[in-house]
Amino acid sequence: MKKLLNDPADLVAESLRGLDRAHPELRVDHENRIIYRADAPVSGKVGLLSGGGSGHEPAHAGFIGPGMLDAVCAGEVFTSPVPDQMAEATKKIDGGAGVLHLVWNYTGDVMNFDMAAELAAAETDTTVEAVVMNDDVAVEDSLFTAGRRGTGAAIAVEKIVGAAAEQGRSLSELADLARRVNDNSRSMGMALTSCTVPAKGSPTFDLPDDEIEIGIGIHGEPGRRRVPLAPAREIAQMLVDPVLADRDFTGGDGVLVFVNGTGATPLLELYLMYGEIAALLEKAGVVPVRTLVGPYVTSLDMAGCSVSITQLDDELLRLWDAPVATSGLRWGM
Amino acid sequence: MAGLDVDGLGRWLRIYAASVAEHQEELTSLDAAIGDADHGANMHRGMAAVVDGLAATPPADPAALLKQTGMVLIRSVGGTSGPLYGTLFLRMASAVGGETALGPETFAKALRAGVEGLVARGKTELGDKTLYDALGPALDALDASLGDGEPLAAALHAASRAADSGRDATTPMVARKGRASYLGERSAGHQDPGATSAALLVAAAAQAVAEGA
Repeated sequence: MKKLLNDPADLVAESLRGLDRAHPELRVDHENRIIYRADAPVSGKVGLLSGGGSGHEPAHAGFIGPGMLDAVCAGEVFTSPVPDQMAEATKKIDGGAGVLHLVWNYTGDVMNFDMAAELAAAETDTTVEAVVMNDDVAVEDSLFTAGRRGTGAAIAVEKIVGAAAEQGRSLSELADLARRVNDNSRSMGMALTSCTVPAKGSPTFDLPDDEIEIGIGIHGEPGRRRVPLAPAREIAQMLVDPVLADRDFTGGDGVLVFVNGTGATPLLELYLMYGEIAALLEKAGVVPVRTLVGPYVTSLDMAGCSVSITQLDDELLRLWDAPVATSGLRWGM
Repeated sequence: MAGLDVDGLGRWLRIYAASVAEHQEELTSLDAAIGDADHGANMHRGMAAVVDGLAATPPADPAALLKQTGMVLIRSVGGTSGPLYGTLFLRMASAVGGETALGPETFAKALRAGVEGLVARGKTELGDKTLYDALGPALDALDASLGDGEPLAAALHAASRAADSGRDATTPMVARKGRASYLGERSAGHQDPGATSAALLVAAAAQAVAEGA
């Protein structure tokens, strides 16, 4: 393992110290590992809380700021944060209009956020709603399993709901909106390489040079199947086909296409993939009207990419375009 | 023998913490095969915090010890294991009431209540390839042995063997819960890391009672 580390056990704590110094517009509660807006709580606005394991940077702290999230909780690498953190964060961002938990669908995250909502309800009079985001079409048989994973679509949900929260919408309206954006979204990912969790020190799985994993999640867990390495054009097809088979994206006012890098794949290759994906979508009658290309939901040093497609309508388009000022996404401000 | 008092339960947790430390790499590599390669590190961090907590603020009675253990695990482990093991100990704490020493039947009942809490939290069933696949058979073996009039040490020894068999039986299973379920059929052929750490928990209980006798 060759990484910029002091001691793997201190990685998350030391990274948060750096983040704190780099971003004066944010506040970091180091004891509870909560990152939040310096102006929190914003009076009268619904607070938006997300979070999850570390190792997905810029997710999740990179999306805190006006127009997006109010706070996130950071867990250990690839491990859900704990209920105490989430309950404390909920208190910090409650501006009197309630707090919406945006939960990525992983068993641990869902359980811990559930327990946090129970704690927050027991300790304060904060109203909490939770929306679970699950957009990953690689997981089949979802009735009998932990369900589809939350992956790239969370960025669309957090951005769009963040914009709506700034307009002063109510907690239940925002929860409905979050569910609508999630329902409108599907994702599929692939890996060229595994990733190395620092505490383990070696790659999570062995992937030979001439093979790739299709249908991966965001934690270096192996995918649904392994296939020979293929040209980018064919890989694009392997990602787009299951997404389009799962939902009809031809109607509405076009789609948001998000091509995400998993950490070690250069932007040069991600734009090549976007070109291939956009061509396939156009051939299928799906019209990309907004795009996001880059490493936004990473899996440490994994090489690979995922594609997320979100059906837009006039309202969602306006909310996507609304101003946002976070370290990960910034426009219109 | 009288059963497990606060010292006996503390011995159980210290033995378990040492066992988790010893098997940390094994737990992590099992998790790397079908999960996300952190089960060993997470359980080690959690149990080390439990042992530190017992030394720093020694609990007065079994209920306090079990509650403290559950809270520390929920606070320090994260992921899925934190809420599941944490719930197990919290429910055990509620089940033992104000007793100062847990007799065999009380301990078995508390353990069953704890596991039932874990099952409710995880919405899991036998055969899902989870820690319940080790704990479920262990509870049945414990009750059966106690019903046959065996002392707690022998009954926990039988429970530990049943947990080991349950753990081994997870290998061919296709996971239906947790991150391993994302692999579908590919999760078959790998022993479940949660069932492995759960079997160690039952083995630690057997050892703690044997050493206390």
